Amino acid sequence: MTTLDDIINNSRHDSWFARLKNLQVFWVFIAAVLACLALSLMTDAFTSDRNLFNVARNFAFVAIIAIGMTAVIASGGIDLSVGSSVVLSAMVISVAMASGMGFWLSAGLALGAALLVGLLNGILIAYAGMPAFVVTLGSLSAARSLAMVLSDNKMIWEFGPDHDLLLWIGGGSTLGFPHPLYVLCVLAVVMSLVFRWTRWGQHLFAIGGNENAAVLAGIPVRRLKVSIYMFSAMTAGLAGILMAGWLGSVTTNLGQGMELTVIAAAVIGGANLAGGEGNVLGAVVGALLIEVIRNSLILLGISTFWQGMFIGTFIIVAVAFDRFRNMRR
Amino acid sequence: MSRLVFSGISKNFGAIQALSDVSLSIEPGEVLGLMGDNGAGKSTLVKIIAGNFRPSAGELSIDGKSVVFHRPIDAQREGVEMVYQDLALADNLSAASNVFLGREPLRRFGPIRYIDYKRMNTVSAELFKQLKSETRPRQLVRRMSGGQRQAVAIARTLLSEPKIVMMDEPTAAISVRQVAEVLDLIRRLRDRGISVILISHRMPDIFSVSDKIAVLRRGRLVCRKPVGASSPEEVTGLITGAIDAA
Repeated sequence: MTTLDDIINNSRHDSWFARLKNLQVFWVFIAAVLACLALSLMTDAFTSDRNLFNVARNFAFVAIIAIGMTAVIASGGIDLSVGSSVVLSAMVISVAMASGMGFWLSAGLALGAALLVGLLNGILIAYAGMPAFVVTLGSLSAARSLAMVLSDNKMIWEFGPDHDLLLWIGGGSTLGFPHPLYVLCVLAVVMSLVFRWTRWGQHLFAIGGNENAAVLAGIPVRRLKVSIYMFSAMTAGLAGILMAGWLGSVTTNLGQGMELTVIAAAVIGGANLAGGEGNVLGAVVGALLIEVIRNSLILLGISTFWQGMFIGTFIIVAVAFDRFRNMRR
Repeated sequence: MSRLVFSGISKNFGAIQALSDVSLSIEPGEVLGLMGDNGAGKSTLVKIIAGNFRPSAGELSIDGKSVVFHRPIDAQREGVEMVYQDLALADNLSAASNVFLGREPLRRFGPIRYIDYKRMNTVSAELFKQLKSETRPRQLVRRMSGGQRQAVAIARTLLSEPKIVMMDEPTAAISVRQVAEVLDLIRRLRDRGISVILISHRMPDIFSVSDKIAVLRRGRLVCRKPVGASSPEEVTGLITGAIDAA
């Protein structure tokens, strides 16, 4: 007997292309490719090795954190404190290295500081049941302030005995590719696999989809949430270390407002702020698109004041697109 | 031997007497329709069986063995499964992922352990086949009908070979055709020798699948009899208090 449901079900047996074109990341990727193509036609500067290198390096920082943000958003939360975790981590590593410590120990301390921010966020959100928005808004303010206290609000540009190593790690390149890009690639591949193939990943999406169901299924929701915020903070800490090396100097306004760019990258890439959806590739492509837009405005000689307009439009178009697609179903 | 026996179960929350001296038994492969008005003590009784509450007095035994549940997991170990009213499914995941949520089978690759999706899909396909439901393991729950969602929630309970499945209002808020589908699912559970406790406000559903009915009013069991010996009119009277006891 063929019922209406059968017909509906059968029509969902899509080809891989039909499935592909239903993915937001696919369209964002097309948009990024088109933007690149248009730019390379309009200006010779875009395809120059130097510029491509810069684009690849600049977007990597945002993309690394956007992967952490995707985990948080997919679990139904939000982390506004990442920009401040970036500066805290960068400040910890620079102060530690300036005082004569080696790179690896200082990097460990920097990551530890960032993880502590994540731990605190996670505990307040998961165990005290406070809204993620408020908690991370608080730590956004607190962590940056801590970075100021730590450095006495001074710029640090001398990193002790491992000075050159730090600059090489954050700003150097191997085989023509900037180091942050390598970090991003490794993180992206590992996290794509983790999201899909581990219980941690699967449960993260379950919490975002229906937290109550996750609790009833016996998933340790609270512990998992803490680990998610710690992961997000860790990506911010990692970016902070790399940015310190790239810039060669650290000031307390590093990473200011970065959380919004990161959230934008994750959302453009298909992360749903209502929870339950998001993917690593999308976050990376979203970050790339934002950087290409920023870069193109500079190359085309358009005032960078327009940057926010373009990115803002893109966020809204991406989410509106998602809306319309769901309505059609 | 009875599958589940309550003897003299009472539960009070402070001064409030939620259940007083309820004694009841259920056989294997039997469907018990549990009815009562809001606040009559149905949920309290169910939560005692599911291990959410401990009774203030009285005893629970499964297959002749006295059991004490401290936590829901204790009840699950004794083969008691619960299908929640809101179904407790994650809409954004596939049917198979929901069936296995929290119990995903893992495979090893050297030191790495990863989820065995192939096994999840084959096992859930098998469960859906047993339930004669047209649900596909890879389908997202978001795109499913109410009946299919019930099938997923029920398949979830079957994963652990349960002895007793409790269902809280499984036919509320779904279409007429889907109600028939859900009632069929309940019959299939019964045919497998599973005892089903069905809580519902819908008289026709109770009378079409139950073997036995029990009515609670203000924490007391006012009726316990085979479904054939009662009628919807009598049950309505018992629920409202127009008939004192039967």
